[in-house]
Amino acid sequence: MVQQVSEATSKRQGPSLPDLIPSATPRVGMPAPTDEAIEDAAIEVRGLSLWYTRKQALADVSLRIPRHQVTALIGPSGCGKSTLLRCFNRMNDLIPGVRIQGEIDVDGVNVYAPGVDPVEVRRAVGMVFQKPNPFPKSIYENVAYGARINGYRGDMDELVEQSLRQAALWDEVKDDLKKSGLALSGGQQQRLCIARAIAVNPDVVLMDEPCSALDPIATAHIEDLMRELAQRYTIVIVTHNMQQAARVSDRCAYMLAGDDLIGRLVEYGSTEQIFRNPRDPRTEAYITGRFG
Amino acid sequence: MQASLYTERKLSRRNRARDARERLIAGVLLLAASVGVLTTAGIIASLAGETLRFFQQVSIIDFLTDTQWTPLFSDQHFGIGPLVTATLLTSAIALFIAVPFGLIAAIYLSEFAPARARAVIKPALEVLAGVPTVVYGFFALIVVTPFLQRFIPGLSTFNALSAGIVMGLMIIPLVSSLSEDAMSAVPASLREGAYGLGSTRFEVATRVVFPAALSGIIASIILALSRAVGETMIVAIAAGQRPVLTFDPTVPIETMTAYIVQVSLGDTPYGSLSYLTIFAVGTSLFVMTLVMNVISHWVVRHFREQYD
Amino acid sequence: MATERTLPGAAMFRTRIALRRLQGTLFVVLAIAVVAASLASLAFLAADVLGRGVGWLDWQFLNSFDSRFAERAGIKAAIYGSVYMMTFTLLLALPLGVMTAVYLEEYAQDGWFRQPVQINMSNLAGVPSIIYGLLGLTVFVRWMGMGRSVLAGACTMALLVLPIIVVATQEALRAVPSGIRDASYALGATRSQTIWHHVLPQAFAGILTGNILAASRAIGETAPLITIGALTFVPFVPEHPLDRFTALPIQIFNWTSKPQTAFHDLAAAGIVVLLAVLLTMNSVAIILRNRAGRAAGGGRR
Repeated sequence: MVQQVSEATSKRQGPSLPDLIPSATPRVGMPAPTDEAIEDAAIEVRGLSLWYTRKQALADVSLRIPRHQVTALIGPSGCGKSTLLRCFNRMNDLIPGVRIQGEIDVDGVNVYAPGVDPVEVRRAVGMVFQKPNPFPKSIYENVAYGARINGYRGDMDELVEQSLRQAALWDEVKDDLKKSGLALSGGQQQRLCIARAIAVNPDVVLMDEPCSALDPIATAHIEDLMRELAQRYTIVIVTHNMQQAARVSDRCAYMLAGDDLIGRLVEYGSTEQIFRNPRDPRTEAYITGRFG
Repeated sequence: MQASLYTERKLSRRNRARDARERLIAGVLLLAASVGVLTTAGIIASLAGETLRFFQQVSIIDFLTDTQWTPLFSDQHFGIGPLVTATLLTSAIALFIAVPFGLIAAIYLSEFAPARARAVIKPALEVLAGVPTVVYGFFALIVVTPFLQRFIPGLSTFNALSAGIVMGLMIIPLVSSLSEDAMSAVPASLREGAYGLGSTRFEVATRVVFPAALSGIIASIILALSRAVGETMIVAIAAGQRPVLTFDPTVPIETMTAYIVQVSLGDTPYGSLSYLTIFAVGTSLFVMTLVMNVISHWVVRHFREQYD
Repeated sequence: MATERTLPGAAMFRTRIALRRLQGTLFVVLAIAVVAASLASLAFLAADVLGRGVGWLDWQFLNSFDSRFAERAGIKAAIYGSVYMMTFTLLLALPLGVMTAVYLEEYAQDGWFRQPVQINMSNLAGVPSIIYGLLGLTVFVRWMGMGRSVLAGACTMALLVLPIIVVATQEALRAVPSGIRDASYALGATRSQTIWHHVLPQAFAGILTGNILAASRAIGETAPLITIGALTFVPFVPEHPLDRFTALPIQIFNWTSKPQTAFHDLAAAGIVVLLAVLLTMNSVAIILRNRAGRAAGGGRR
């Protein structure tokens, strides 16, 4: 399977992949850049605050998310990590009454600048959701959908195959691409959603608790996949699961909402540092499972 | 409630009386609930009896294949063809109006309209369905036909066109509200998924939500067709009483329902062959609408997507 | 990637956002036009009918029988016929409909009987009204020997509106919080006591709304009455349930079918009366529904 993935990706434009050995080893213990060391940030958040109508949900979040790595947003329920994630592709714009202050640059383009269309932002920043949500269309059409609406110029069959290969789903579905996406198992559906997201050639892929509806085997599959995808895409994942964050992420951002219920960034650093020696006592309390 | 719990005889006797009363009430309610079933039985029995008597005198082959319908003339022909084509013609015109209008309104209400606009437009459209059909018949004959005659000089006073258009107006809310229900039932997660891939609102509505709701939408269209086929007063007033086999919407025709009205208004003797014709036509109408209703329910049940 | 800084990965696509946004804008314009056109034709219908009919609306019109002369014709017989028929219809359909709904919702929850009755109800709602007329003609007029009477018309109408009442009542019963039932049972009440004392009063507004809707459907129905043989020319007021009769929509139909314009104006005047009655009834229903919605909302959510 590894072989096929690298074959498929090498056809595609952009940086070629030297090798795609799935890293089953935990990321803890591997060298990772510290905050200061991030030179090439795919996403840069500066002073981000967010309100739902009158209620504030995020306060003054700033962080730089490195390119081609997996960054995990962790923290207890209601800490604003999903809200923050949904700012990166302007999904929050769909909720009436949401107001945002601050800036988010994706590849140096402020996605909240006037004149930037959220539709374009969402093409460049893909998203995978908590529950697999394939369209009630064929597997092929699910993958081709985003490329079609966005006026893809290349060969559609090729794109569908490449995307399914990258999502490690090709071998399982190549003989029945006409089958409904809903006929797949939960884990396959989620990989289909990943294929669908990367078919529009995004720079960043956001994953909002992508494994919370899956069984452990399907979860392991998706986690391996995330490591592979990180070679080509910048991945930001929201997760409740500390082990998952430790297994897949290079960097962790710990968020917490205080008594005012406003989410803030408490600590941000390499996964190793966050898990081995958190600087903030609140992070430590959370990591060690004392609450959350 | 268990008698054994109580030692006193009196109580247990009262409980027995109470249980008997409860059973009686349940029985009466069951009886009431069977009225609906009896109604269906009555419809079938009344239609079937007279229809069988009709077919003792007229061959079913003639009924289905003859191209003339002249039971009230001395040269009697009993081919239901002209009535059926007339019914299909007016219904087709009605759907030609109601389907695009209804679907556009449904997509707008489900995916685009702000809550406040929805709260006004939805009930306003429902009013269209609440106007009695005799009023629509008046509208078609007295207002719409003279208006259309200004543009279509050859248009007869009675014609399928006006009747069909007005009927279309009447069934817009049927299409729009059922289709809107189907689209609103599409899970929000699909919309999110589509937006997440860089869809505009229009693309989410037309390429994801609409296809996902297709079974419900088709069911609503079939129900609208069934409604148009069974609609009586508009066509009886405005479409004419001339059973001719034609698809020309500008000339008088006679639908199945209009024929039943025509015979009912005349003084046809009970039990005569022309009296029996309305039951034969009625049975055909009943079977047609029943089949459509059953198909519509089947489409919904069979093609509904299962999102867990 | 040419002139300004573009979002990454854009080169593979011709996204044409402006054009796609335009589609949406055009669609909204189209949809508003479609809705406006539908409502405008309704408004036009109302205005036209008012314009034609309002001059004829006077006491003489309301209090005269039909006549060969338009100036002397009125809707007295039609009003009496409609009111009598409506009253009998509701007397029959209301208890039957409510009892059916209570049985389906409160008794037969998972009995084998429920499914067929429920399916049958929804199929009955789709049967064309003229078929009910044929049923009435055979069963009530002929078999039961009611003749072409008010009672035969009311029986036919009652069956026609039964599904409306049943469905509305079922919804109203479903909206009653189950806690109320549990509380009543906990106090030792029987099922029928629970329903009669607690559930039905809670569902009252919803049931009433359903009945008003059913009544307004019955008031406007024409075809089944023609089939069972309601008269088009009635110079008397029905005094007995077995008297022959006419009804408002029949009178409107009769006048519309005449060639003289004066009768068309009379028909328009009749329509104004009919629509005024319907408007009143539906407004009451909407007010009740909103009130019921608020009451249920407090209990459920």
